[in-house]
Amino acid sequence: MSHATTHEHDHHDEKPKGFVKRWLLTTNHKDIGTLYLIFALIMFFVGGAMALIIRLELFQPGLQFVQPEFFNQLTTVHALAMIFGAVMPAFVGLANWMIPMMIGAPDMALPRMNNWSFWIMPFAFAILLSTFFMDGGAPAAGWTMYPPLVLQGGKNVAFMVFAIHLMGISSIMGAINIIATVLNMRAPGMDFLKMPLFVWTWLITAFLLIAVMPVLAGAVTMILTDHYFGTSFFNAAGGGDPVLYQHIFWFFGHPEVYILILPSFGVISEIIPVFARKPLFGYTAMVYATASIAFLSFIVWAHHMFTVGMPLGGELFFMYATMLIAIPTGVKIFNWVSTMWQGAMTFEAPMLWAIAFVVLFTIGGFSGIMLAIAPADFQYHDTYFVVAHFHYVLVTGAIFAIIAAVYYWLPKWTGHMYNQKLAKWHFWLSVISVNVLFFPQHFLGLAGMPRRIPDYATQFAEFNMISSIGAFVFGFSQLLFVYLIWKTVKGGEKATSKVWEGAKGLEWTVPSPAPHHTFQDNAPVNDADLAHGGAH
Amino acid sequence: MRTEETQKKARKTIYITLGVTVLMFGFAFALVPLYNVFCEVTGINGKTGRISVAEASAQQIDPSRRVTVQFDGTVNSALPWEFHPKVLQMEVIPGKLYSTEFFARNLSDQAIVGQAVPSVAPGKASLYFSKTECFCFTEQTLQPHQQEWMGVTFRVSPDLPEDVHVMTLSYTFFNKGALTPEQLKQGEKIHGSVAKSTSAAEKSAG
Repeated sequence: MSHATTHEHDHHDEKPKGFVKRWLLTTNHKDIGTLYLIFALIMFFVGGAMALIIRLELFQPGLQFVQPEFFNQLTTVHALAMIFGAVMPAFVGLANWMIPMMIGAPDMALPRMNNWSFWIMPFAFAILLSTFFMDGGAPAAGWTMYPPLVLQGGKNVAFMVFAIHLMGISSIMGAINIIATVLNMRAPGMDFLKMPLFVWTWLITAFLLIAVMPVLAGAVTMILTDHYFGTSFFNAAGGGDPVLYQHIFWFFGHPEVYILILPSFGVISEIIPVFARKPLFGYTAMVYATASIAFLSFIVWAHHMFTVGMPLGGELFFMYATMLIAIPTGVKIFNWVSTMWQGAMTFEAPMLWAIAFVVLFTIGGFSGIMLAIAPADFQYHDTYFVVAHFHYVLVTGAIFAIIAAVYYWLPKWTGHMYNQKLAKWHFWLSVISVNVLFFPQHFLGLAGMPRRIPDYATQFAEFNMISSIGAFVFGFSQLLFVYLIWKTVKGGEKATSKVWEGAKGLEWTVPSPAPHHTFQDNAPVNDADLAHGGAH
Repeated sequence: MRTEETQKKARKTIYITLGVTVLMFGFAFALVPLYNVFCEVTGINGKTGRISVAEASAQQIDPSRRVTVQFDGTVNSALPWEFHPKVLQMEVIPGKLYSTEFFARNLSDQAIVGQAVPSVAPGKASLYFSKTECFCFTEQTLQPHQQEWMGVTFRVSPDLPEDVHVMTLSYTFFNKGALTPEQLKQGEKIHGSVAKSTSAAEKSAG
C-alpha cells in the first residue's frame, strides 16, 4: 500500500474535548465539513417543509390551507433556503471533507477563515427565517427579488438583503479557501491533470463564486438603497429601470445555477468509474468541458428574460449561446455512459443514485434546451414547465448527486457500512416519487398553468393532485435517509479503508473512519493509488 | 505540511481572489451607467433621443411616405392623476416636425409633482424617434384639481427602416411627491422627494 497508509499508523486522532472546543472553535476541515453537511440537511428539511405546504395547497383548486400572501412567502423562502441553505452548503461541506484528503493536504489552506465561513451561515438563516414571525411576513416577491414588486415589501426587505449579504460573504470565503487549498496545498506529485474531477469541478465552481456572488451582493444593495435611501437604481420615476435589475441579477443568476450543478458533475465522475470498474472515459475532456460550461455561463444570462422586450438580435445571441452549452454538457453525459459501457457494473447505493442522476439530469437538460428557444420560451415563460425544468436539474441533479456523494463517502466518514437494503428502499422510493412529483408539471406548464400561484383553473386539477402525492412520498422518504445516516454514525459493520472494491484515489488510502488529522507530512503521491491521470 | 513557502503562496492567492471579489462588487454598480450608455447608443429599451429644431429642419424629407404614430398615456398607481393623449394616433411624414398634446388633471386635494417617462415601441424604431420639446423633459407640478394640456413636439427620422409602419409613443406618469402648503408658499422644488413618495405609496398600499 501507499506511503500515506503506513504513516497514518501513528493515528493523529486526538480530537479536542468538549462541545465548544470541538465544534464551535474548530479549525479542522473534517469537523467543519460535518457541520456544513448537518446544516444543509436541516435546511433541506426546512425548505422541504415549505415545499410540502405549497403542494398541500395545490392538491386541489381553490384556497384550502394558506392565504395567497403566505403562499408567496413560502415559494420565495423555499427557493432561498434550498439554494443558499441546502445545496450550496452541502457541496461546501463535501469540499471541506474531501478536497484535502483527495489532494493529500493536511487541512484547508485557511482553517480559521473556514470556521468563520461556516458559523456565519446559521446567523444568515436565522435572520432570513425570522421574517416569518414579523409584521408583514417574509419576503414574498420570489427568490429573484424583482423590483418594483420587491420594493413593496415591508421590514423583510432589509432582513432579506442582509441575510443574502451574509450568505454571500460565507460562500466567497469558502470559495477563496478552496482556491487557496487546491492551488497551494497539493501533495508533491499531485499534478493538476491528476486531480480527482470532484476537485477540478470545485476549483472551477470556486472561481464562479468569487466572480458572481459580489454581483448579487451589489444588486441587493441597490434594492436596499432604493427602498430606504431614496436612490433610483430601479425606480422609473427617478430615471432608473427595473429591467436593469433583471440583467444584473441574472448575470449572477446563471453562473449561480452552474455553481449548484458543477460539483455534482464532479461527484458523479468519481462514483461511476468505481462501480463500473473502469477508469473515467475522457478525463481531460471532462476537465475542459467543465471549464467551457463555466465560461459560457457568463454570456447567456438574458435567456431568463426573453419576454422583457429585447431586440431580436439579443434574443438570437442569447438563444444560440445557451444552446452552445449543450455541447460540453453532452460531452459529459456521453463520457459517463462510455465509462459504464462494457464495465463490470455493480449497483450499490451510490451507483444507483449516480445513474439516476445521469438519466434525470439529461431530462432536465433537454427541457432546458426547449426553454432556450426564444420563440417557444414566450409560451413557456413563468409556467410550470420552468418549474419542472429547474427541479429536474436541481433535485434529480444537484440533490441526487449530494445524496450519491453521502452514500459513497459515508463509510469513510463514520467507519461503518450502512444498511444497503434500507439505502435501496430510499433510492427506489425517491426516484419513483420524484418523477411522479415533477414530471406532470411539464404538462401543466405546457397547458398554461402559471408558476407562483396558490389557486388554479380546474382543468389542472388532476395533474396537480398527482404531483402533490409524489411530493409527499418524496418528502417523507427522505426521513429514511436521516434514519440511515443516524444508524451508520452509531454503528454497523466495520468499513475497510478501501470501502468499495473498485475505489481509487488518496482518500481510500487512509483508514475508515478517516483519522482527525490526515496527510500531516505530505508524502509523495503514488500514481497507482490515483483514479485519474496515473498508470492504468 | 504548512511550510513558509506554501503560506506565502497561499497569501498571494488570497490577495488575488479578494481583489477579484472587490472588483466584481464594483462591476455590479458599474453596470448601471454601462447599461444606460448601451441603451442610448443602440436605441434599445425605448430610450429616445433629443434633437434641436435646427437639426430637425436640416434633413431632407420624402413626402410620399406615411407612418402611423400611436399615443398612449398611463399613470402609475401611486399617482392620483388623470392622464391621456388628445388624439390616439397621427399619420406623419418622416422628417417633418409634429406636435400633439396630452391632458393631465390632478384628482387629489394636494399639489403633486409628477414625472413622465417615455417609451417607444417597437424598440428598433426608438432610435429614429426624437423630441424637440416634451413635458417629459422636466417635472410637472399640478395644483389641487388643476388641469393642463401638455405638449410634445417630435419628429420621426427619414432613416426609419422601411418595414416600420406603426410606432407607439407611450408615457407613464410617476409620482415624485406631494407638496406641503409651506412648500407651496415658498414655491420650492422638492429634492430627494422620491423616498417620501415611495414610503407614502407603501402606506396607502398596505
